[in-house]
Amino acid sequence: MSNENTHKHAHAHDHHDDKPTGFLNRWLFTTNHKDIGTLYLILALVMFFVGGAMAMIIRAELFMPGLQLVEPDFFNQMTTMHALIMVFGAVMPAWVGFANWMIPMMIGAPDMALPRLNNWSFWILPFAFTMLASTLFMDSGGPAAGWTLYPPLSLQGGQSFAFVVFSIHMMGISSIMGAINVIATILNMRAPGMGLLRMPLFVWTWLITAFLLIAVMPVLAGAVTMLLTDHFFATSFFNAAGGGDPVMFQHIFWFFGHPEVYILILPAFGVVSEIIPTFARKPLFGYSAMVYATASIAFLSFIVWAHHMFTVGMPLTGELFFMYATMLIAIPTGVKVFNWVSTMWKGSMTFETPMLFAIGFVVLFTIGGLSGLMLAIASVDLQYHDTYFVVAHFHYVLVPGSVFALMAGTYYWLPKWTGHMYSEKWGKIHFWLSAISVNILFFPQHYLGLAGMPRRIPDYSTQFADFNMISSIGGFIFGASQLIFLGVIIHCVYKSRVKAPGRVWEGAKGLEWTLSSPPPYHSFNTPPVIDSTTVAHAEGTH
Amino acid sequence: MKKQNTFIVAAAVTAAVIAAFWLLLAAPSYTGNAINMTQGVTTQSAINYQLHMTVLWVCVVIGVIVFSAMFSSIVLHRKSRDHEAAQFSHSTGAEIIWTIIPILILVVIAIPATKALVNMEVAPETEMTVKITGFQWRWKYQYVEDDIQFISSLDAVSNAARRLASGTNPRSVDNYLLEVDHPLVLPANTKIKFLITADDVIHSWWVPALGWKRDAIPGFINEAWTEILEPGTYRGQCAELCGKDHGFMPIVLKVLPKAEYRQWVQQQKTHMVTQQADIERLWSREELMKLGENVYASQCAACHQSDGMGLAPAFPALAGSSVANGPVSEHIDIVLNGRDGTAMHALGNMLSAADIAATLTYTRNAFGNTSGDVVQPRTIYRIKNG
Repeated sequence: MSNENTHKHAHAHDHHDDKPTGFLNRWLFTTNHKDIGTLYLILALVMFFVGGAMAMIIRAELFMPGLQLVEPDFFNQMTTMHALIMVFGAVMPAWVGFANWMIPMMIGAPDMALPRLNNWSFWILPFAFTMLASTLFMDSGGPAAGWTLYPPLSLQGGQSFAFVVFSIHMMGISSIMGAINVIATILNMRAPGMGLLRMPLFVWTWLITAFLLIAVMPVLAGAVTMLLTDHFFATSFFNAAGGGDPVMFQHIFWFFGHPEVYILILPAFGVVSEIIPTFARKPLFGYSAMVYATASIAFLSFIVWAHHMFTVGMPLTGELFFMYATMLIAIPTGVKVFNWVSTMWKGSMTFETPMLFAIGFVVLFTIGGLSGLMLAIASVDLQYHDTYFVVAHFHYVLVPGSVFALMAGTYYWLPKWTGHMYSEKWGKIHFWLSAISVNILFFPQHYLGLAGMPRRIPDYSTQFADFNMISSIGGFIFGASQLIFLGVIIHCVYKSRVKAPGRVWEGAKGLEWTLSSPPPYHSFNTPPVIDSTTVAHAEGTH
Repeated sequence: MKKQNTFIVAAAVTAAVIAAFWLLLAAPSYTGNAINMTQGVTTQSAINYQLHMTVLWVCVVIGVIVFSAMFSSIVLHRKSRDHEAAQFSHSTGAEIIWTIIPILILVVIAIPATKALVNMEVAPETEMTVKITGFQWRWKYQYVEDDIQFISSLDAVSNAARRLASGTNPRSVDNYLLEVDHPLVLPANTKIKFLITADDVIHSWWVPALGWKRDAIPGFINEAWTEILEPGTYRGQCAELCGKDHGFMPIVLKVLPKAEYRQWVQQQKTHMVTQQADIERLWSREELMKLGENVYASQCAACHQSDGMGLAPAFPALAGSSVANGPVSEHIDIVLNGRDGTAMHALGNMLSAADIAATLTYTRNAFGNTSGDVVQPRTIYRIKNG
């Protein structure tokens, strides 16, 4: 610790050339928020393609009726691993990567509050995911009971289940440490004058997300630990024959699971709330309302979990409570959408790639939100539940929702991170291919679900054939389009010769744009002076 | 460059709109694939359909308003049209309005939603009861009052066609994956109570035409009710992931007019008397081997494979196994009661005594096993019934 401090004090001024030398020193032992952010983002990108490859296997098998490529058990391993990898390996680490890069630069802090914890939070993850993926090559195969791991089915898995549980423990530890770091940084490290209601919305949404993480990751850890002891140590937490309760697992899992899906989407709200004002050249509409709406959504996320369980046979009053509470979420979410539209209204808009992805996010996330309102109606959910309608709903909020926001954020800050401009032409091609194909991929799944196709089946009746084929074609185009994303990033990092200015975007406000592009390795060693020209929300909303 | 961009955007948006309309309007009639929820054949399914359509239209209207505002802003308020950016950042009035209006919309939706749920969950006085038990991967139906019970599994034609690279085109199979050997026969216009549970893992019993699904959970008995208004055949599937053959445990309802249903019940009862006589007689080895081969193919081969070689590591081989070649009593015990902690579940309550005896005889004398044992149905019957 004292070494670290001495090191920092020795570099009171910003330098470009004081990076640790040697690969291991630079990356393995790093305590620099920018390097750790980069590591998180690279891990997330790799996992995005690994999880994506699994999705391609799933869509290929579902291309037409009959089993052509894989056995049903392997298909179940693919759906389970696709979800675990995308949720815990791609989207969550990507958001932590954004938090690492951007939060210190947005609040005028020199680094994260707990740099060594930061290093450990990241370096746990590659091992966790290696272990999780290795189960696919074990005798008993990977987990095949769905990412929700419902017992008793999940307990039928073989010895590899212990590895799955341990890898989830490691991901949980990493997330909790990352969240502690985010909270400590935001509450303690803001530059003088950066009041809470002056913080960029991305910082606000991450602060709230971090509290959600700390609240629910231990719940998940408890749930999977009980599965572990039920499986290997003859306990009966969830075994009815031993006096346990399989439905209790679902209550515990979704008490984690529902806040978890907001952990995936709240930072997306934050990024979009940064991007739209920049390209509309107009302040964010209703800043305080946005903060309060985010906090309301976070609060509601704790009291709606059983809407995932309307079919388990809850008492009527319980179902009514969870239905009403779930419907309430539409209100703060609506406020957010209306505020984004109002931010665009009477602006002076340009449509660079980040703005395109942000607009795509608003439209398609809203579609996913509206189908969420339909799913909240408990009685009709007894038809929708566990069908492709649900699959369509959550992919709309996660893919053109969270993932589009991640892409928007990447295009938005990539010139800041690298000091080079990406190829606007290829960024736009990437956007249009993704935006069109993601709808070909997921929109027909609404029809499949309504027509009666259950989720998590490797083969289906011929009446579902046409829309599955359309969906698969959309899936293949969407998958291939992401190679363009990879190409644009590699080009921007290694090949692009177009230098990015400090303020990359004409309308961009916020402290990060006062730094050079790329920013110095250690930025804001001296706290910046906050004034209304540098901060987007200089006077709150008033 | 600017003009070109506008053109690309306009072309892409037009293409997307045309594609969306094609998917919505033309595709279903062109392909014959349904795109909407069924109205079903019960009051519950009709109510759910109405509620679904109401909320769908509310969502469509909200979407159209929000997206129209957004896209007109995108068209009008752009820098390329030299639109100057306004600098307003809030409007208390607007914010109050768009908080209150959604609350009112939600209240308007909540009223019919509450009524529908109450109708769904509060069962009226019912006239008959059917107990449904989910197994990996078949359903067992017990008619509580009439003392009839049977197992319903995926139809043999579908079951052969669905194998990996089976060479059979699913389109050549009638009701591919939605056909069973023994459908659940029910009377029309009768209030029926279902008691739903499971024996191994969680399943979910779903026939869309009835308007609901209900989880089948080991250790729990869930209740649901229905009154089917029209005779006919209705199909559904297990809706909760229950293992490798989750996609292959369909449900078929055969709904008969009341009088025909009574006839069917009488037939089943006569059939059961004959079955009891069948259990008591002495079976020949050939008879048992022949029946055993069939039962094995439909009940055991999914895991232990048709050649008895199993699927390592979860599903052990029967060929040359110490169980199939060891003491008969141990073999009977495993088949009747299952083996804890493995996928081998208890078959004692699923299969008839004759089926179990035949399967035991078959597995002990097939795949190169040569125990020579013949297990009689009555032996199994005595063990099962103490």
